[in-house]
Amino acid sequence: MIEVGASIPAHEFEVNRELLKQYADASGDHNRIHQDEAFAKSVGLPDVIAHGMLTMALAGKYISDWAGGSQNVKEFSARFTKPVVVPAGKNVDLTVSATVLEVIGNKVRLEISATSQGVKVLGMAKALVEQGN
Amino acid sequence: MLNPDSVGRTFAGVDVITVTQEEINSFAAVIGEKNTSVAPPTFSIRISLREFESILTKPEIGLDWTRLVHGDQKFEIFRPIVAGDSLTTSATIENYRVAAGNEIVTVRSDVFSGEEKVVSSWSTLVVRA
Repeated sequence: MIEVGASIPAHEFEVNRELLKQYADASGDHNRIHQDEAFAKSVGLPDVIAHGMLTMALAGKYISDWAGGSQNVKEFSARFTKPVVVPAGKNVDLTVSATVLEVIGNKVRLEISATSQGVKVLGMAKALVEQGN
Repeated sequence: MLNPDSVGRTFAGVDVITVTQEEINSFAAVIGEKNTSVAPPTFSIRISLREFESILTKPEIGLDWTRLVHGDQKFEIFRPIVAGDSLTTSATIENYRVAAGNEIVTVRSDVFSGEEKVVSSWSTLVVRA
């Protein structure tokens, strides 16, 4: 029985420049702010930043695992409040956790928290998942 | 600057997009997803973001894609995408405003397999001042 307010254990993903390149190739999003440090700084960013959609894809993996598979994720939304900054040669964390907001029949609404290097990177992040498929 | 007259317009995608297992595999590999019988929940961004770029950068619409950041994203998934799906898309410019010099545009993507709607998504894109 899943209860409102229950916490789901956190998971820590590792993000580095290689993962950004891999995501760029897999998603087709080759924006230079995710690859090229000089370019990222020239447009006012602190360093190369991860694709917001990579952050969301990793958070999506976290909720898919909890829900028993990708097919059980019905709604998923997030605001990209702060970038995940990825310096050269470093692994940075993306730490994802969630709590149960609502239980509606066999569906569960989750509120998701995602931080990197102690900074909250997703806001208003929620998902609706179906159980038992 | 985006042409404000384009708000409310819907654009039908010109191509039928056939999803391959390789595309699902490479997207799944990035996030460590081992089960590739269905696409991960955010896979459709691969289709919709490219479509938004081709529409919003048309000369008569005029968005500057080079200064773009992603503000927020929402998916409603009616069924998961699988390899072999032949998908068509439509995109609608739902909202546009300027705040502190930043242009903020909300675009919606609907992805269909024949008559069946597979996923709807909303992207808020911000062109930084």
